Amino acid sequence: MSDEIEQARRFEITISDSGDSFLCKEGQNVLLAMERLGRKGIPVGCRGGGCGICRVQVLDDGKYRTTKMSRAQVSEEDERNGIALACKLIPEGDLQIRPLGFLRNKLN
Amino acid sequence: MSYTGVMRPGHTCLRVLEMEPSLTHYVERLGMIKTGEDDQGRVYLKAWDEHDCFSIVLREADEPGMDFMGFKVHSTADLDRFEVAIREYGIDVERMPAGELKGCGHRIRFVIPSGHPIELYAEKDHAGNGLGYLNPDPWPEGLKGMQVNRFDHCLLYGPNIPDVVDFFVNVLGFALTERVLDPDSNMTGAFLSCSNKAHDIAFIQYPEPSKFHHASFLLNTWEEILHAADIMGMHNISIDIGPTRHGITRGRTIYFFDPSGNRNEVFCGDYTWYPDREPITWTAEELGKAIFYHDRKLNENFLTVVT
Repeated sequence: MSDEIEQARRFEITISDSGDSFLCKEGQNVLLAMERLGRKGIPVGCRGGGCGICRVQVLDDGKYRTTKMSRAQVSEEDERNGIALACKLIPEGDLQIRPLGFLRNKLN
Repeated sequence: MSYTGVMRPGHTCLRVLEMEPSLTHYVERLGMIKTGEDDQGRVYLKAWDEHDCFSIVLREADEPGMDFMGFKVHSTADLDRFEVAIREYGIDVERMPAGELKGCGHRIRFVIPSGHPIELYAEKDHAGNGLGYLNPDPWPEGLKGMQVNRFDHCLLYGPNIPDVVDFFVNVLGFALTERVLDPDSNMTGAFLSCSNKAHDIAFIQYPEPSKFHHASFLLNTWEEILHAADIMGMHNISIDIGPTRHGITRGRTIYFFDPSGNRNEVFCGDYTWYPDREPITWTAEELGKAIFYHDRKLNENFLTVVT
């Protein structure tokens, strides 16, 4: 088990507004990685892809995949623009992300 | 009190993003029992100490939240009476035929001023709690996870709380047990009972209509709340807040989320409501204590995270 942990790839997640960064293990979602390291920068809500509080935009063509998110929070057009919920955002390389925040989410 | 009219919360239909992890959550972790499935793919669940055949319906959808909440009324005569009264009040009523929900008799559905679809029905197939009615044991063996006793209430977020209260009190015969007033004395929170419980449904003011805050399930003791919290730790279930105490209703509680972000609560211990009691009022400056009695401060997530 510890060997697996040692060998897991890690990607660097950088929050664009603050320049803060943290590491996210391969296969782990960005929000969980942030929380496990006691870091801040992305607001935490339901952690289930439902509430939209952790909405972020991935910048500069970062590589990632997502698991199912609420369509009420992330439209198909949003997805094409790199918008995702951090709790469902799984990096496949280093990422620069911009938190969109609850207020901005509601005004969009 | 003798029950007539609306007896209790009977069911709620929740939208989930993916059925399989949702079933793991509600069956393996909360300890509900799967009782059926319909041709729309909806899955029916009951808690062990409920006698009707379902209380939670899960429907896979593109966004989470609540489709509707239903209350069981005492008789079909009550159901007919409410249908007339709701129409006379000026709210449209839709008739849902028997069997549209598997095992449920015909329902009447209407949209309340907060935007939530609410239903009434009088009949649902009997399933029993597994103990029988002759010299029963106190609990059945083989229960899973948190072993929730029953679906107890929902807290819903939406606009027009005073209008919602007027409808529930004057048309459906509920009592207002507790309320929250803002500095201008507007009612921004309302706790309503159709029974002896401190609440059977609750509302908090929110600009967007028809939002779902949580569905709550009853446990017996504070120790069982801790046991539930341990299960959340074991299985990495997303915890919102708790275990803690509410000022409002006095409930001992923990809040957490299902895998689609719908909030759940397991709680124990409120007080017994009687209709000759005066409602309790909470003022805006004490709202922190009203919601979380120990922290005594407003929790941003509790006020804003909804599906």
